[in-house]
Amino acid sequence: MGVGIEVINLNAWYGTNHTLQDINLNIPANHATALIGPSGCGKSTFVRCINRMHETNPIGRVTGTVLIGDLDIYKDAKPVQIRRRVGMVFQRPNPFPTMSIYDNVAAGLKLNGYSNRRALDEIVERSLKNSALWDEVKDDLKKKSGASLSGGQQQRLCIARALAVDPEVLLMDEPASALDPVSTSKIEDLIFQLKSQYTIVIVTHNMQQAARVAEKTGFFLNGRMVEFDSTHKIFTNPSDKRTEDYITGRFG
Amino acid sequence: MRTLTDALITGLAILATLLVVAPLIAIFVYLIYKGASSLNLAFFTQIPKPVGETGGGMANAILGSGILLGVASAIGVPIGIGGGIFLAEFGRGTKLANAVRFTADVLNGVPSIVMGLAAYALIVSHQKHFSAFSGGVALAIMMIPTVCRTTEEMLLMVPHVIREAALGLGVPNWRSVLSITVKTASPGIITGCMLAFARVAGETAPLIFTALGNQFWSTSLNEPIAALPLQIYVYALSPYDDWHRLAWAGSLVLIILIVLAVSLVRFVTSRGVLKGAS
Repeated sequence: MGVGIEVINLNAWYGTNHTLQDINLNIPANHATALIGPSGCGKSTFVRCINRMHETNPIGRVTGTVLIGDLDIYKDAKPVQIRRRVGMVFQRPNPFPTMSIYDNVAAGLKLNGYSNRRALDEIVERSLKNSALWDEVKDDLKKKSGASLSGGQQQRLCIARALAVDPEVLLMDEPASALDPVSTSKIEDLIFQLKSQYTIVIVTHNMQQAARVAEKTGFFLNGRMVEFDSTHKIFTNPSDKRTEDYITGRFG
Repeated sequence: MRTLTDALITGLAILATLLVVAPLIAIFVYLIYKGASSLNLAFFTQIPKPVGETGGGMANAILGSGILLGVASAIGVPIGIGGGIFLAEFGRGTKLANAVRFTADVLNGVPSIVMGLAAYALIVSHQKHFSAFSGGVALAIMMIPTVCRTTEEMLLMVPHVIREAALGLGVPNWRSVLSITVKTASPGIITGCMLAFARVAGETAPLIFTALGNQFWSTSLNEPIAALPLQIYVYALSPYDDWHRLAWAGSLVLIILIVLAVSLVRFVTSRGVLKGAS
């Protein structure tokens, strides 16, 4: 089951560049939350702070508090523990090219020392079913490389890989921006199904996509969060002039 | 005009390709012409005959080269790969890494005879006798920079998104490096090892003061040992026609063995590669 995320006074830097400034928000459990805003506004950096990926960059720095459920991730946990609870799907599909489809899905568990083969078989099947890829790949699980799939299939494989470690939160950083419209709509359907079990945070450039999949939407601009509200309100009656300008296409 | 330019460039490219391949083919044809007639079972089963007797073979030199290259690879490949992993993954941007990289590049340019002298000073002069082990070490030192730098370059070619995928799954960094990054880069790393292997397989100079050569069977790492390039060198300089022919045959065998060894490694490591894997 998903858990809520509470972000308090989050600041992040790349070198001397202050990319996130005083972010405060509550992301509800078992819902999809969309983050929108122009390129470079900090929304990707924001999701990378939720699973402590930001600090893998040598010049990345973070201050503030992020609570995943009750867990203060910058105080009481190691990055690797957090990342098992907070899965991530990246902008470009990135399956492990030398691994089979099966091994890609099982990678998170295997590389963390899990080796019960029967349980792995079940987890791989369940994860691929959850990511709506099972029927397309079930005959080639161990024969084909993850890199042999189409772009849209690769992205669903990456979602299956993230789901296999049984996270509570799923972060998606523009998961459909490199995909064609059919693949995009499959990913969106998937987000719709997955949000009953996971807390989903999705970064997107596509405002229609945010409107279709997310209950809540946050608008980022220049490293600050301008507005956070129900998706319906953001798109029909935003409180802030800058949000309105952005969603009506006046800039960005 | 455009088709003309196109044809011209294509023609030049084909010409250049032929010029690249031609020397290789020429050498091979010439070796077969000069050496094939002296190849017989005795060449592969007998040790050299004393001066004045005809016949004999290079069996001990073939075995000796195998042993020397085994020792060299056993030492050079792990150290080289380990160094490359350090340069690309753990030491990136550190002063130590820059120093190691610089050293490897300089080492790569050191003449092979100097490597032999170094191994002589380090090992032979202390042990007071020539040995297969010292020859293996000399060859290993020659392998290290090539293996190290190709490993580093191949690892750096692994896309950043692949590393992020592993870290994003909660895999510790060291595990991600060994199981994901190195594995993804392994075809290139293996090519680098093979290049280093093929290069030292034909080296003579580093063996002159170390392995020394041996007219008899020897498998001991502690004794002087025969090697194909050494044997070819000695026989080619000799005044006897019979030995000259054996030297040609030895050269042919050396090249064939290198090609076989490289192909074997390629074959073994390409098994189990998945459909569509890049």
